[in-house]
Amino acid sequence: MMPGLSWPDVLSLLRAVGATLAISLAAIAIGCPVGLGVALVRWGAVPGLAPLAAFYVSLIRACPAATLGLLLFFTLPMAGISVDAVTAGIVTLALITSAFNAEIWRAALLAFPRDQWEAALAVGMRRGLRFRLIVFPQILRASLPALVNEMTYMVKLTPAVAVLGVVDVTRAAVRIGAATYRPLPPLLAALVIYGIIVFVFVQAQRLLERRMGAHVLGRRA
Amino acid sequence: MSRDFALIWAHGDVLLYGLLNTVWLSVVAGALSFAGGAFIATGLVAKRRPARWAARVLVDAMRCAPFLLFAYVIYYGLPSFGIRLSNWRSGLVALAIYNSAYMGEVLRGVWAELPRETIEAGHAFGFHGFTLLRRIVLPPVMEAATPLLGNQAIQIVKDSALLTIIAVPELTHAANSLANTYFIPFLAFLAALALYWGVCLVIEGAVALALRNAQAKR
Repeated sequence: MMPGLSWPDVLSLLRAVGATLAISLAAIAIGCPVGLGVALVRWGAVPGLAPLAAFYVSLIRACPAATLGLLLFFTLPMAGISVDAVTAGIVTLALITSAFNAEIWRAALLAFPRDQWEAALAVGMRRGLRFRLIVFPQILRASLPALVNEMTYMVKLTPAVAVLGVVDVTRAAVRIGAATYRPLPPLLAALVIYGIIVFVFVQAQRLLERRMGAHVLGRRA
Repeated sequence: MSRDFALIWAHGDVLLYGLLNTVWLSVVAGALSFAGGAFIATGLVAKRRPARWAARVLVDAMRCAPFLLFAYVIYYGLPSFGIRLSNWRSGLVALAIYNSAYMGEVLRGVWAELPRETIEAGHAFGFHGFTLLRRIVLPPVMEAATPLLGNQAIQIVKDSALLTIIAVPELTHAANSLANTYFIPFLAFLAALALYWGVCLVIEGAVALALRNAQAKR
């Protein structure tokens, strides 16, 4: 299939693709809504919680994933919560991506036109409905490119949890190289794999954007 | 817990040594990747097609690759070509090349957004060559690029933590060895994270200061 790689090597790389995708998708699935929650807390200036959210974002954005992962992996069991490497990795990446997502959501919320909010208020919409029908669809569309950008960062951050012993694409490639004494073919294959994953994310974003655009036009017509 | 605090305090020199190494790595890699980024940016906007193409391929490849994977390519891959670097040097080279690509893209973006009129006005007033670059072109480029370069600097600091995997003695490595030697993972890593946060706050402060100075000069 690929020069310099045997079939078992290709198989173990593909299995590792599953791990990389599962970890990054889980982290994204947790981190996006949590980030939105953090952004809403800051946007709504919730007393007591808003400064805490600002502190959280500032601290987590400065944390290297490997260091935070080691902290959680070794400390959670001491607090009586047993975690395996994969869970610790997912929690680490979810924390990190939530802080970056929070800033993306917050930027969209700050740019959200005030008059629409007041119009929704004027027609008597309740808080939940106002958010679901008026605010959310628009900030989602505004944030989408930045969110997808952050998702590709998340995929590229997954090798950091290799310090915990998770076998992702990068670690699998290094292992194959160590076993065959030819490090370059598996590493280059891994580069290609990451390229494909990032490409798929970017294409999905284009597709989603086109669909959302069509949706809006359909409503207007 | 108080015993753990005492342990961390007693072995603060280990963390400090790691912190100094992290800062040194980041500063050198930052300077190298800024120079590399400026070079790549000139490639990205070059008139000649091969130069443009080569710069574009390099930038896109780096933007798809995770930093750790690239560090492994340098560390394990270069010996295949007969180039042997120590852990420290491989780490530094990986940091510098990887972030050059991102800096190149940042500088190109800022450059493209810049109004052409000031440069033409500079020409009209007889500025050319290096003086034109230094007096007319660079000041607004640097001002617009400063926050983005600051972000990239923070990225370099965080990327450098991954070098612990190839046994570069930086801050995370120091924290890890403290954690393993004295069984104090919580405080050791917490102290490391606090130090990383401090470094990032210093960078953010420096960016704010630079912007205020630039505003004041106007």
